[in-house]
Amino acid sequence: MGNEEAVFFSRLLTEMTLSFHIIYATIGVGVPLMIMLAQYVGIKKNDEHYILLARRWARGFVITVAVGVVTGTAIGLQLSLLWPNFMELAGQVIALPLFLETFAFFFEAIFLGIYLYTWDRFENQKKHLLLLVPVAFGAAMSAVFITMVNAFMNAPQGFDMVDGELVNISPLLAMFNPAMPTKVAHVVSTALMTSAFVLASIGAFRLLKGSNHIYHKKAVYLMVKVGLVFSIATAIIGDFSGKYLAEYQPEKLAAAEWHFETSEAAPLILYGILDGEEVKYAIKIPFALSILAHNDPNAEVIGLDQFPEDEIPPLYIHYFFNIMITIGMFMVMLSAFYVVAKWRKWKFANSRFILWLIVAGGPLSMIAIQAGWWMTEVGRQPWILYQIMTVEQGATSSGSVDIMVVAFAILYLILGIGSVVVLRRMFRNNPVEKELDKLDQERLEGDTK
Amino acid sequence: MTLEIIGITVLWFFLFGYVIVGSIDFGAGFFNAYSLLTNRQHILTNIIQRYLSPVWEVTNVFLVFFFVGIIGFFPKTAFYYGTTLLVPASIAIILLAIRGSYYAFETYGSRGHKGYSFMYGAAGILIPASLSVVLTISEGGFIDMVDGQPVLDYSRLFLSPLTWSIVVLAIAATLYISAVFLTWYASKAEDAGATKLLRKYALIWALPTMITATGIIVELRAHNPEHYANILDVWWAFLISGLMFFGTVYLLWTKRNYGWAFLLLVGQFFIAFFAYGWSHRPYLLYPYLTIYDGFTNETMAIALIIAFIAGLCLLLPSLYLLLRLFLFNKDYVAGKKEDNHA
Ligand code: HDD
Ligand code: HEM
Ligand code: HEM
Repeated sequence: MGNEEAVFFSRLLTEMTLSFHIIYATIGVGVPLMIMLAQYVGIKKNDEHYILLARRWARGFVITVAVGVVTGTAIGLQLSLLWPNFMELAGQVIALPLFLETFAFFFEAIFLGIYLYTWDRFENQKKHLLLLVPVAFGAAMSAVFITMVNAFMNAPQGFDMVDGELVNISPLLAMFNPAMPTKVAHVVSTALMTSAFVLASIGAFRLLKGSNHIYHKKAVYLMVKVGLVFSIATAIIGDFSGKYLAEYQPEKLAAAEWHFETSEAAPLILYGILDGEEVKYAIKIPFALSILAHNDPNAEVIGLDQFPEDEIPPLYIHYFFNIMITIGMFMVMLSAFYVVAKWRKWKFANSRFILWLIVAGGPLSMIAIQAGWWMTEVGRQPWILYQIMTVEQGATSSGSVDIMVVAFAILYLILGIGSVVVLRRMFRNNPVEKELDKLDQERLEGDTK
Repeated sequence: MTLEIIGITVLWFFLFGYVIVGSIDFGAGFFNAYSLLTNRQHILTNIIQRYLSPVWEVTNVFLVFFFVGIIGFFPKTAFYYGTTLLVPASIAIILLAIRGSYYAFETYGSRGHKGYSFMYGAAGILIPASLSVVLTISEGGFIDMVDGQPVLDYSRLFLSPLTWSIVVLAIAATLYISAVFLTWYASKAEDAGATKLLRKYALIWALPTMITATGIIVELRAHNPEHYANILDVWWAFLISGLMFFGTVYLLWTKRNYGWAFLLLVGQFFIAFFAYGWSHRPYLLYPYLTIYDGFTNETMAIALIIAFIAGLCLLLPSLYLLLRLFLFNKDYVAGKKEDNHA
């Protein structure tokens, strides 16, 4: 196998592993906070529905964490296995956040173990709730640290290159690079937004499938409210991410926007198809690109004409960008509508149509996450380390990557199907109604004793 | 002490941690499967589940810590080991992934069936075996430089007696460590049946562990004379380790004080592990890579060490809490507390 093939398959395997890991990682970052919220509301209002909500979410969460942990272990090793030259170089500058991340994992893993096995063990329920703080914190910090590494790949700094040698290394400068603030904030807020919508989606689905229990209604309402907050945050931070790109990686923004000629008062192009350099059938929002890039409708936006041919990323990232933005705007509007409708007690809020839209919200948010990452990572092409090392230079020279792609594809299939089957069985065999009845029963027995 | 030595010592500590907690976990899976085969599952299942359930994720982090840390302190390992280990490490990852996730699926989800338990047990044996290959490769003689790129020679690797002795040692040690720990755990839970069975397993696996360990040292004499000579320099450490081994076996044999038996076992492995590491120094990979030329820059090394100390301040109290709640809590261990699982 030549180097070209090794590069191709290494990319394929990286794409596969990360795209799979990110599904579970997103849930891993966001859901602990949702569990915490539900348990907090439950204790505060003395409402056992919310407590049960927290408990059932926690049970499902263990399954997704397990897959998150094992796929994370896979990607952690694969980074060195598939991109040894990149890791050898980058490791000298950006190893610190990777190392810190393992402490975040430790912290999360320890307290998750404790939390799961101490339900009802404490007299004071609040103590049990407190155990979740390190879980949520550890999970969020692992996202923060790993995203710092990714930000470094996009905006490397904190060292000087002298004759191919790295000198003047500063790990802190490398961590706090220009891409870091927007990227970290966007990743964390999208994880929270997506987790909230996924949980809302499950509740809405139960409501549609016949259960009319107030338990599900409470779950949906709570999660849509949380989702609204974080989807607004996501859109705002997304806008800042655009400004970051305009300043530091203008070719990525230009490729994502099919912005060929440097020009002022640039319009935002949505969808459409490309015929040479001509954009057809697209929706053009006047001035919007200039606003996204510089907060000024007349600002100049750099186009692809400013870059050499071989440094222009693939133009199909345009669609990823559009999918992400469309879903982002849609989720803001949907959740805002639902919250207002609930608050004003409009009947329409509980209609099957709206519920179906909420059901769609979970998977849609997950698709937006995938689209966003694909746009960022493909948009960095041809670089693995922006303007320092190309993907070809970073890759392994091993000849067996193709077989590994097949092996891991099978693994992810097994894990994906396995986790869905187990989750479904877990909740189908033990519906809320049954569990609530059991709680009532126990209380009755307690009273008569 | 130089930064290089501090770095490798920290990593070696965590690898040692993984060897102990990982072995307990892997061996437990094997014993569980074996007892199923011989229809004695009811004796062991409870003990094993009570220990493993709250800690399995923590076990995994020890491994992650090691391989992330080694890239941090010694980035050149990515070049040598990353390029050559693609296949063996991928196999280990896949086994770990299936085993870890299906443990969670079964424990928290739904009861699986027998086939699953067997697979789980088998994976527990295969993982130490596949991971141990890294130790073999580090002894040198299996990697050639072709056009400036390291290439692993599989046929030489698989035909070498050293490879297979290390594989056997990994398996025997896994089962031995696991059995000794679980004997202690079962006796704390006052579960006489399980204690008896596990004590028997511990005694069975003691001898193969010792024989292969000695055998490997002898084989190194031919395979890597330099390393062999360094091992002889620290003969006294291996002697102490051997004495501790006899201490463990004696306590098990006379059915006394299983807690001390386990502590002696940890001491035995700790000393042997560090004496081995010390004699392997300065090579990370014979003869290409030493800790000195593979080392990261000084700034990063100091940053990592500071991060490590800060991390430890967070970690040790948390680990203590975990152990206090689950390992040293009499009621929990004995299963007297009702099941508080979410
Ligand atoms: C639920 C998911 C989701 C939603 C609704 C949005 N995004 Fe996003 N976006 C992501 C999920 C995401 C992401 C997966 O988290 C990315 C990939 C890498 C990153 O830093 O975040 C991302 C990256 C990303 C980037 C590239 C940053 C870079 O390459 O450095 C930009 C410019 C935006 N987003 C802008 C937006 C805008 C203007 C949105 C309007 C609503 C938006 N995003 C919604
Ligand atoms: C710190 C975090 C990350 C690191 C260090 C990282 C590293 C890499 C590397 C080494 C490549 C191969 C080079 C290339 O093809 O461009 C790559 C590509 C890719 N990564 Fe990331 N990645 C990170 C985060 C993510 C995440 C979370 C995802 C989400 C799913 C992701 C998705 C992808 C995709 C889709 C590609 C393929 C791009 C292409 O083929 O052009 N990455 N990344
Ligand atoms: C190159 C990219 C990545 C690498 C190398 C990586 C590495 C890992 C590793 C090794 C684990 C397992 C830790 C354990 O044993 O407990 C893990 C889990 C996790 N990862 Fe990733 N990760 C990557 C991308 C991401 C991203 C982009 C996010 C967040 C947006 C993320 C969030 C998490 C979380 C929260 C967990 C904990 C498991 C869970 O709760 O589901 N990871 N990751």
